[in-house]
Amino acid sequence: MKRLSLRLAIVAAVLAAAVVFCVPTFFPGLTRLEWLERKRISLGLDLQGGMHLVLEVDTAKVVENAIGRIQQELREAARRKQIANLRLDRPSPFKIEAQVQGSENVARFKELLEKDFRDLRIQRLAEEPERHHFILDLPEAEAEQIRKLAVDQALETIRNRVDQFGVAEPDIRRQGERRILVQLPGIRDTQRAKELIGRTALLEFKLVDETHDVQAALQGTVPPGSEILYKVEEDPATRRVTRTPFLLKKTALLTGASLTDARVQLDSQYGEPYVAIEFDRKGARTFERITEENTGKRLAIVLDNKVYSAPVIQEKISGGKARITGRFTLDEARDLAIVLRAGALPAPVTVLEERTVGPSLGADSIRAGILSIGIGSLLVFAFMILYYKWAGVLANLEVLLDVVIVCAGLAAFGATLTLPGLAGILLTIGMAVDNNVLIYERIREELRNGKTPRGAVDAGFDRATTTILDANLTTLITALVLFQFGTGPIRGFAVTLSIGVVASMFTAIVVSRLVFTYFLDVRRVRRISI
Amino acid sequence: MELIKPGINLDFIGKRRIAFCLSAALVLLSLAVFLFKGPKYGVDFAGGSVIQVRFSGPLDIVKVRDALRAIGIEGATVQSVGDPRESEYLIRTEAFTGKPGSTDTELPPRLQEATGLSVEIRRVETVGPQVGTDLREKALLAIFFALIFIAIYISGRFEFKWAQSALVAVVLGGGVYAVYSFGFSLVVLIWVALVGTLVLFWVLGLKYALGAIVALIHDVTITIGVFTVLEKEFTLPVVAALLTIIGYSLNDTIVVFDRIRENLKKLSRSPLAVVINRSVNETLSRTIITAGTTLLVVVALFFLGGEIIHDFAFALLVGILVGTYSSIYVASPIVLSWEERARAK
Repeated sequence: MKRLSLRLAIVAAVLAAAVVFCVPTFFPGLTRLEWLERKRISLGLDLQGGMHLVLEVDTAKVVENAIGRIQQELREAARRKQIANLRLDRPSPFKIEAQVQGSENVARFKELLEKDFRDLRIQRLAEEPERHHFILDLPEAEAEQIRKLAVDQALETIRNRVDQFGVAEPDIRRQGERRILVQLPGIRDTQRAKELIGRTALLEFKLVDETHDVQAALQGTVPPGSEILYKVEEDPATRRVTRTPFLLKKTALLTGASLTDARVQLDSQYGEPYVAIEFDRKGARTFERITEENTGKRLAIVLDNKVYSAPVIQEKISGGKARITGRFTLDEARDLAIVLRAGALPAPVTVLEERTVGPSLGADSIRAGILSIGIGSLLVFAFMILYYKWAGVLANLEVLLDVVIVCAGLAAFGATLTLPGLAGILLTIGMAVDNNVLIYERIREELRNGKTPRGAVDAGFDRATTTILDANLTTLITALVLFQFGTGPIRGFAVTLSIGVVASMFTAIVVSRLVFTYFLDVRRVRRISI
Repeated sequence: MELIKPGINLDFIGKRRIAFCLSAALVLLSLAVFLFKGPKYGVDFAGGSVIQVRFSGPLDIVKVRDALRAIGIEGATVQSVGDPRESEYLIRTEAFTGKPGSTDTELPPRLQEATGLSVEIRRVETVGPQVGTDLREKALLAIFFALIFIAIYISGRFEFKWAQSALVAVVLGGGVYAVYSFGFSLVVLIWVALVGTLVLFWVLGLKYALGAIVALIHDVTITIGVFTVLEKEFTLPVVAALLTIIGYSLNDTIVVFDRIRENLKKLSRSPLAVVINRSVNETLSRTIITAGTTLLVVVALFFLGGEIIHDFAFALLVGILVGTYSSIYVASPIVLSWEERARAK
């Protein structure tokens, strides 16, 4: 008797805990307990709809840009130190080739390298008194540092953008060395979100090269230090795209890095949206100087190598304010403001993997999953009652309890329920009765062999228990392997299956035995309905 | 109610040669189909895009293909899904692999133009070649580790010789690590682990473990064969289903083997063939009922679970049917055959 009540207490405790953990999911807000309300089952992207992206940061590009900057700095420093006869080339994106002639120049250049460019790796090709020839690049540790920083920065920038875009519970994290995982549940306008995330958003101000002819440059002779960029416009009515070429100076006078703010404003005349930008103090001073020195010339506003506008500078502009116009819709302007505020990505990103589920399909999947669970379990329940009568009813109740425990487990671990997860619940229902079947078949056998009900029940449970434990262990092993190596939805399957297996062992062995013992010992039942 | 009459005594063991021939034929056929015809990999492993679209009105599948060709997407496979009265299609194409992200900008308006119906994109799965390779590796790793863990577990489980189990673990681990350090691919590693397991069980005389692992290989191979013959795609969920089949197949085998060992103690005078046949018969009722209830839910999932889970349910369906057959006709007869061979020597 004493053992019976102890077991009863354990079962009651498990049952109560299972029910309690299920409450916040099915009746949100009912308990008013904060720690409990936080433990809810969250739906996977395949059920609630949403977008899963894996991006890769083009880190090679970052190192390439860094080398480009160093080359630029070298050139400027050489000019300041009056080093003549210096040739700087880029034999590969990651290397600078330097050739100096004249003993004076060589000496100054060497001093410059030693003083201001100490972190460069120097490989000497020729070292004559009159002529030096170097290959310069970044040491591997330094390049690695730059790559790592770039991914961190990209992660931060994307996080900022998504936050400002307004997505509930986004999940953005680093995956491996150069990849970023972005999960946006419930998002509807996936296209817009993708553009917002994937855009480099490098804003540059460049002077228009007005001393050369665009047409001549298009023929093939682009003057050194200049480049051709296009302004791309789409007519909203006919959807025809026009591309206007611009010949621009390569050097960016000012970039988006100097921005402090970007907001959508409406043009007072036509009501067209534009993006008003504001520079920080240093940027504002630079902008003032540029506009002062180049009054009358055209200054192009370039975003990701596309020209947005190239207005003529009318006068010196102080105060550090400018506007970006370009036939935006309100959404486009809003997104542009977001990416400018959040900052540019340090390098372009590419989408390696995309999985998008529309909200309607997610809802369909939930419906289909619940329907198949409903029909599947009804079939199993009907069979069990037909076959094992009252013992079948008991097995069914235990299966229901298993499902409650699975839900509670999902909530308690903060696990995600996916479509394969629903399949796992269904499979649990099908396999959970197996444990009861093993026991019941054994009891029937013992009864046939002439044992008393009491003896048959004891023998049935004793003999079946080790088999149940071992047989379920194999399923647990495969489920754990699946959890370790599976991706999102598959993990959901592994989790529900694992909890289901453990729960069904508990109910079949402990709960069943408790009920049988109760009816045999306390209610003194003489015949078993099995 | 009783489906299987108590005291039933069907002669399973007597028919084991027929069963062996049938099983061997099926396994060899599956292997041949897998090697020569080759499996069809889904986007998870092969890369590419799957786009599920729904049109606002009735539209024939031929028209969808024409529309795709008209907008310059060549070589796409189109498949009708869901309720045939609704025009919902699954489009598989390589066209977006190089530049993922262009699907939802370009596809809907252009399909709309070409068909005159409005288009809803319900699902997009684009996997670049790199991620495809990664996912293939993950799936193979999962199969590999499942195999190793299961091999170690069952080597000790049946005869409670855990020292031998430790030996199996060390030899398998060491062998696989040696092969791995030579830089062979995961597929080779899996084969080495598989063959190594079989040889080890054979040499150590672990007859029950041998029977269990042969049954398991039998089930998974035939399921893969059926998938290949029907040209169904191998995806991550299908691999998950295969691993689940491993668990299920062993589960069945363990129940029968436990009964054999129990009966061996009770009926120490009877020949092994009789004991085994009796054990299979005694557990037959349980085997059939469990397969039945599991099949009930899997069939429900297969018919009602929707397109996305369809192949997963199908793999389970095949695996459970084959697994039930093998736990009766393959696993235990192998134990008997091994024993007879050992006696003959």
